[in-house]
Amino acid sequence: MNIESVLRSALVAGFIGLIEALCRTHIIPQTVMIPPSQMFTHLLGLVSAGQYSKDILFSFTNIIVSAFVAIISGFFIGLLVHSMPRFRGALEPLLASYYAVPTFIFYPVFIVVFGVGHGSIIAIAVLLAIVAMITATLTGLDRIPHVLRKSAAVMRMSRLQTAWRIELPAALPYLFGGVKLAVAYSFIGVIASEFILSGSGIGYAIAFAYNNFESDNMYALMLLVLISVTLINAALNFFDRRLQARRQR
Amino acid sequence: MQRFLPTFLLVLALIAAWQLLHLAIGAGALTSPWMTVTHLISMMGTVELWTNVGETAKAFAYAMSLALIGGIVLGVLLGVNKLAGAVAEPILLNLYAIPKVTLYPLVLLCFGLGLSSKVAFGVMHGLIPILLFTMNAIRQMRPVYMRTAGTLRLTPIQSLFHVLLPAILPEIVAGVRLGFALTLLGVLIGEMFASQRGLGYMAVNAMGLGDIPTIMAVALLLTVIAVTCNSLMLMLDKKLQHR
Repeated sequence: MNIESVLRSALVAGFIGLIEALCRTHIIPQTVMIPPSQMFTHLLGLVSAGQYSKDILFSFTNIIVSAFVAIISGFFIGLLVHSMPRFRGALEPLLASYYAVPTFIFYPVFIVVFGVGHGSIIAIAVLLAIVAMITATLTGLDRIPHVLRKSAAVMRMSRLQTAWRIELPAALPYLFGGVKLAVAYSFIGVIASEFILSGSGIGYAIAFAYNNFESDNMYALMLLVLISVTLINAALNFFDRRLQARRQR
Repeated sequence: MQRFLPTFLLVLALIAAWQLLHLAIGAGALTSPWMTVTHLISMMGTVELWTNVGETAKAFAYAMSLALIGGIVLGVLLGVNKLAGAVAEPILLNLYAIPKVTLYPLVLLCFGLGLSSKVAFGVMHGLIPILLFTMNAIRQMRPVYMRTAGTLRLTPIQSLFHVLLPAILPEIVAGVRLGFALTLLGVLIGEMFASQRGLGYMAVNAMGLGDIPTIMAVALLLTVIAVTCNSLMLMLDKKLQHR
């Protein structure tokens, strides 16, 4: 453990402790926020009682499916676009402006097309995540050093071998950056659309608990989202660091 | 102009695809491009649209200035202090990845319904990218700049305004471009849940009524505004990069 991670853990622990203390001393009233320890025990209770397991399963299925669809199709669209430089030139200004458009506005259209359920939620999450993957693929392919392709030619590798043994490993760190973003955007897309309009899912459950003044359920579920995002991020960052380390070797 | 022709053709192709999709799934689900434009123009004749645009613009202006000032100030502080930056970066990246909509009950409880929670939502979305861009720009700045400032015996304030900020201006513009889009998204999401006014409210209200033409018209208006602002900032960005 280096000094930074010690300080970081201390900072996070201190922040949680501060909120805990403020809640316990009722400086933050019980009606506004419940103490973090209570959120956590309530979350454990909810998970073991299985009250929300259907919603949790629904959300995570959506997140996993949309992340996979976005990553795989984004990668292949990226490859395709990269092989057509003129089309790419036309597309690039649009890609640069893509995230300026509030995608969620189009959610009602998807509901009419796909109905309320998995389809429309996955569609909006994919729409949000795919462009990050396309951009990352394009950057990754751009950054492959020419010398690597030349050595592949010197070794008389076939096109497929070059792609598999040279180009893919060389572009991998950039691709993984896209994967990280795509996972984060799928998460945001799924939870947010469940919030706006849905009949199940974690986002829906939080909105439902909020509307019915069930603040212990609401905070427990919010904590669940926070913890899962943090864990997924930590796992992805771990792989990312290993990839970066390999590149520098 | 020659340079923009392919993009223009691509946009035409997208509009054609929109028309085809409209023909495939019917006017009840998706209005055609022409219907959307005429509906938007007829809406532009009403006072209702302009009050909503004004509300959104006001909330956005507050949120953007707070995100901009906060992001740059915190970014400079965390960028100059290496240890603080290294401690804070993973926390900030994690906050960036959280679906911030989940926190909306908390924001509502803290700020109440109305303008302040819309602004809070916008700041929550927009501040972190501006902060991260500023911080990384300072970290990657050539060390010789700061050494020169030291040699010239500039005070910290002088080196901030005459060395640091001009050196990282291109990155700040890139961060602001991202922050702009996210702040707008945050304000709109805030309006969807926590307001009775604004374009986000209009959209969510139309959603409840199943009023697809209005949704599409609002979406078109927002897309045009967002893409125009983004393209302007991209041009500024390119100009600064070439300096």
